[in-house]
Amino acid sequence: MLQTIVFYLFSAVLIGGATMVVVARNPVHSVLFLILCFFNAAGLFVLMGAEFLAMLLVVVYVGAVAVLFMFVVMMLDVDFAKLRSGFANYLPIGAAIGLVLVAELILVFGAWTVSPALPEAMALPIPDPSQIHNTKALGLVLYDDYVYVFQASGLVLLVAMVGAIVLTLREREGVKRQSIARQVARTRAEGVAVVSVESRKGVDV
Amino acid sequence: MNDFLLAPLLPELILAASGLTLLMVGAFSKGDPTRNVNFLAIAALLVAALAAATQSPDRTTLMSGMFVADAFSGFAKVVIFLATAAALVLSDDYNRREGFARFEYPVLTIFAALGMSMMVSANDLISLYLGLELQSLSLYVLASIRRDSPRATEAGLKYFVLGALSSGMLLYGASLIYGFSGATNFETIAGVMTDHSGGAPIGVVFGIVFVSAALAFKVSAAPFHMWTPDVYEGAPTPVTAFFAAAPKLAAMALLVRVLVEPLGSLVGDWRQIVVFVAILSMLIGSFAAIAQTSIKRLMAYSSIGHVGYALVGLAAGDETGVRGVLVYMAIYVVMNLGAFAVILSMKRDGKMVETIGDLAGLARTRPMLAGGLGIAMFSMAGIPPLAGFFGKLYVFLAAVSAGLYLLAVIGVLASVVGAFYYLRIVKIMYFDEPVPAFDAAEGNGPAAVLAVSSVFTLLFFLLPGPLVAAATTAAASLFGG
Repeated sequence: MLQTIVFYLFSAVLIGGATMVVVARNPVHSVLFLILCFFNAAGLFVLMGAEFLAMLLVVVYVGAVAVLFMFVVMMLDVDFAKLRSGFANYLPIGAAIGLVLVAELILVFGAWTVSPALPEAMALPIPDPSQIHNTKALGLVLYDDYVYVFQASGLVLLVAMVGAIVLTLREREGVKRQSIARQVARTRAEGVAVVSVESRKGVDV
Repeated sequence: MNDFLLAPLLPELILAASGLTLLMVGAFSKGDPTRNVNFLAIAALLVAALAAATQSPDRTTLMSGMFVADAFSGFAKVVIFLATAAALVLSDDYNRREGFARFEYPVLTIFAALGMSMMVSANDLISLYLGLELQSLSLYVLASIRRDSPRATEAGLKYFVLGALSSGMLLYGASLIYGFSGATNFETIAGVMTDHSGGAPIGVVFGIVFVSAALAFKVSAAPFHMWTPDVYEGAPTPVTAFFAAAPKLAAMALLVRVLVEPLGSLVGDWRQIVVFVAILSMLIGSFAAIAQTSIKRLMAYSSIGHVGYALVGLAAGDETGVRGVLVYMAIYVVMNLGAFAVILSMKRDGKMVETIGDLAGLARTRPMLAGGLGIAMFSMAGIPPLAGFFGKLYVFLAAVSAGLYLLAVIGVLASVVGAFYYLRIVKIMYFDEPVPAFDAAEGNGPAAVLAVSSVFTLLFFLLPGPLVAAATTAAASLFGG
């Protein structure tokens, strides 16, 4: 009973938050609502007994992705009001295309069948939750069965990073950079000078 | 070596390790490391090619069935690594001359080659996708590596946006296939699909259409070719030379594997897609190229046409067809690198020129260049006894023996149209009034590539045995032979 109430609470807030992400006028508010959504989705995961995924959602999505979004929204000068200005004009044609797509999807999935051979072919059946902890089950799949693609995705991310640096990093002249070695190696003689100042006269530095 | 469990992965391990090492070498060395890194990258690619060539041709799956090494992947890898090394040889002087020589260029090329070799060895929808992304992501960056040029940036952005779209289609198609069969492994999917060889359910057909469309985009087959001329024209010429060679072959090998291995029993469902794409590519490649004035755009349309001819072999869907595809693509890669070696030498008064008119009278000013480009053009047009003729012969023979007469006839007609623009270049070089000569070459890279390519193209008919035999074994390994 309590679980059902909590489920509906989380779900309602999640859907409300998701709606606000789209309709909020201020993009910063959108990102904040997105964070609310992430937290509620994490709550739903906990209800399902997948506490590892819940923690991951909070740590990765709230901690990293949402902060990144926040940076982008605040650094890019995007006028969202202007972007939305043609909304009403494009609504009919957009809605028409959407309707066509929905009709096509219904046609495809209405006739959807699953191969009778599927139960034997199933890639990785879900293990019995009473036998194994879900964090451990995920780890076994990720680092044993999928270690090849795990490493491959690491390389993809590395290439993305190299690419970002190659395309954007510029060595600019005249930028003051901190050099810790030079700071530490500084002697008193370099930094301090004793000057006797005559009364009513300034000092040339 | 037999005791080494990861031996089938050796080429990939070599490339991954050398890519990471060279990145560190480049980042931490004093002075300009570009030349050394470039040299080491070529060496690494050659070692990887050797490792792939000496591998056992027996089919081995590894990494929980995600990775497969067989004669097919071995053949494709050797050609890919050699073509990538040749592209690096072509790029070195040019990049330095044009002022965008950076050590990341060879490193990204190595990662692209790694992605390609993962693609041709993919035995699972997930490893297929990751290999493809690793390759594509490196190529997007390479396309716009000349970041101060608006054209290169535009080319990179266009390639990236359309490439992301095609990746999305691939994932959607893969998810439909997975949803039907419950498996991502190719062998398991093949097992499930044999029960439906009479005709696949509509959801699977949708999946096949999406996956083939995405891969057709990667090989730039019509009607998914729109990006090719713009990207080829905008990207720096050495990058274009690379794009037109190794990635084409890798994507084609991947398309062949996906259609023949997991979806092999549904040949009736995918053959019509391949036939349609092949006909359209051959026609567009032939007719659209006629009006081009830029040699790079012409090569782009020519590559679309060549992909069409290779797909004729795939449409046959049997062992001879796949052999035809492999022979065709290998020969195409060699001819293409030769042609680009000449295009890279098209420099006048210190500036690169790229219109076809600039080639006028080349035979009198630079007879060797004109001879090399002439051989490449005759071969691409499919004039016997040059190598290009044999490539076409094998794919058309396969199509005829599979009963696809209409496809073969259209292919022959399209290659007649294509011969027009290839021969026009020869005519311009040999019979038009000379324009001022090109500057003298500044490095031996392009000359060496041109020489190797011309000799191969010219003398292939004397000794076709090794390549054809290797392609035959490779094709047989896909059909469980």
